[in-house]
Amino acid sequence: MGFVLNVIISGLISGSVYALLAIGFSLIFGVARIVNIAHTAFYMVAAYCIFFVTNKMGFHPLWGMAAAIVLVTLLGMICYRILINPIREHEGAVLIATIALAMALQEIMTMMFTGTYLSVPSLIGGYVVILGVKVFYQQLLTFCVAMLVMAALWVLLMRTKLGLAIRSTAQDKEVANLMGIDEAGMAMITMGISVGLAGFTGAVVVPLTILEPGMWMHPLIMMMAVVVLGGLGSLKGSFLGAYILGFAEALVVFLAPMGSFLKGSVALSIMILVLLIRPEGLFGVYFEEER
Amino acid sequence: MDLILFYLRKLFTVIKNEVLVLPSRVVVVLFFLFLLLLPVLTKDSYLLRIFTLTSIFAILAASWDLLSGFTGQMNFGHALFFGVGAYGSALLNLHAHIPPWGAIPLGALLAVLAGLIIGIPCLRLKGTYLALTTLAFPIILMGLIFAFPGFTGGELGISGIARLARSRVADYYIATVLMLGLCTIMWKITDSDTGIIFHAIREDELAVRAAGINTTRYKLLAFCLSGFFAGISGGLYAHFMKIAGPSTLEVSMSFTVVIWAIFGGIVTIYGPVGAVFVLFPLLELLRFWQELRILMFAVVVLLILLYMPDGLFPWLRDKVEKECPRCKIRNVATRNTCRVCTAPLD
Repeated sequence: MGFVLNVIISGLISGSVYALLAIGFSLIFGVARIVNIAHTAFYMVAAYCIFFVTNKMGFHPLWGMAAAIVLVTLLGMICYRILINPIREHEGAVLIATIALAMALQEIMTMMFTGTYLSVPSLIGGYVVILGVKVFYQQLLTFCVAMLVMAALWVLLMRTKLGLAIRSTAQDKEVANLMGIDEAGMAMITMGISVGLAGFTGAVVVPLTILEPGMWMHPLIMMMAVVVLGGLGSLKGSFLGAYILGFAEALVVFLAPMGSFLKGSVALSIMILVLLIRPEGLFGVYFEEER
Repeated sequence: MDLILFYLRKLFTVIKNEVLVLPSRVVVVLFFLFLLLLPVLTKDSYLLRIFTLTSIFAILAASWDLLSGFTGQMNFGHALFFGVGAYGSALLNLHAHIPPWGAIPLGALLAVLAGLIIGIPCLRLKGTYLALTTLAFPIILMGLIFAFPGFTGGELGISGIARLARSRVADYYIATVLMLGLCTIMWKITDSDTGIIFHAIREDELAVRAAGINTTRYKLLAFCLSGFFAGISGGLYAHFMKIAGPSTLEVSMSFTVVIWAIFGGIVTIYGPVGAVFVLFPLLELLRFWQELRILMFAVVVLLILLYMPDGLFPWLRDKVEKECPRCKIRNVATRNTCRVCTAPLD
């Protein structure tokens, strides 16, 4: 019974992280058709930001989180403005611009904090024992906050005018533009939301993980797998795909002897198997240009 | 004797009328001469090592261009071919005792097999889906390598394999001559009918299919060809470094290939090759600022992209040459009339 609970907790946490990341990635891909490789690099920057504010300056972790989210959102929007916006017409150039940006961010973080493993104290300590399994309050908190943010995002996208504008730009850029929606402005705002989500993910997950400059690689791969599995541009798909892959990872880690090495392989194989049956992903959205 | 003189005169005319008229061709000839004569000028072991590695990676970058540039099938997992080539030839060398000249092509054939295996499921996908899915394959293989360390060496990789050649200079010549030869072959492929079909698939796959061409077969062919060349470069790398490690399969490896190719300009073959010869030695030059190295590399790539989003070499070529509006033949930018049809150039 303890085993099942372990898998459930581990799957829910990593699933939520992947869901938050994948939704952000999906949003900016839908609106601006940008494959933002640097997405998880922003997640890493947010994590380091919290480390800096909490451990170096000695503030409460809550302040660190707030600072991280604001700073990373600003950083993302500035990077978009300066680096990506001028070359948006050239798909390949945008691609390697984001790769180079991710590399640059990783190097800057390595210079500032060295490459050693760091950790951040939990927001709330302690744990409760359920069926002989230690469930840390931090894990529960991370999960609940992630759920809340996803709900808030759903309200923003489905119930507000801004959300309507974002969704219509994603559906058809030209027509949205004809209806008076400022397409370039929408791309900018969406980039802010997307990177803000990445920053938020970094903020809620940092007490549960170890900080190192290469920590963006594994989430990046998993996030991309989630996005492909769920269908590009589909938020529902990203949400579901994230939990499928999160649970797959957790199961492999707890079942197989060499699990931690194989967890990526198994999750990615699941993605490929799904694609063999449904090439457009679980909830693939039909894009105008890709006919 | 007369025949020899005739061929000499013909060579002279070709050089005068076909090579010297265009700066890009002069540069290519100078590039060939420079690479072939470099060991005569210097025996510096470090310099030769850098250029050997540069040549090996140039094959890899050009093979990415052959697949992703020409057919437009964005491959984010090019490290798979490189890694399969490296591991394949290393294992063949270690366990079957096949010398490098046999192990490298056999490793490349394994990479072709890998191309077939990933090509068949991937060809149902398009665009970004394909790009993100191909990213997964090297990682799956890497997981398997870590999970079975007994056979694959795990994190440490396979060491103790045979050297490429006895001396550094021989290593250099093998890598360089192979690079020049293979890249010429790749360039010839892209110039042939097959290459035109590849290019057409990139521009409009539906139109190609409407013309009665089985595009799936051609895309699979592109995967196999690209896998073969990348596999050769992987095998060369393994035998040159005398180790085949998991670093050949890393995500950053796949990304670096994409950076090289797009930086140099895709759909050209010469672009990626040139880009490797600019960026790889540049990265070595920056070793004096060890901690700033990758950062400066990234900044250089970002800055160049802001001004030349189509890549460095097409941009340079357009600066020194222009196309005749009537007969589509390239001319030096300083000319006022076309060198063939004498139409005025704008």
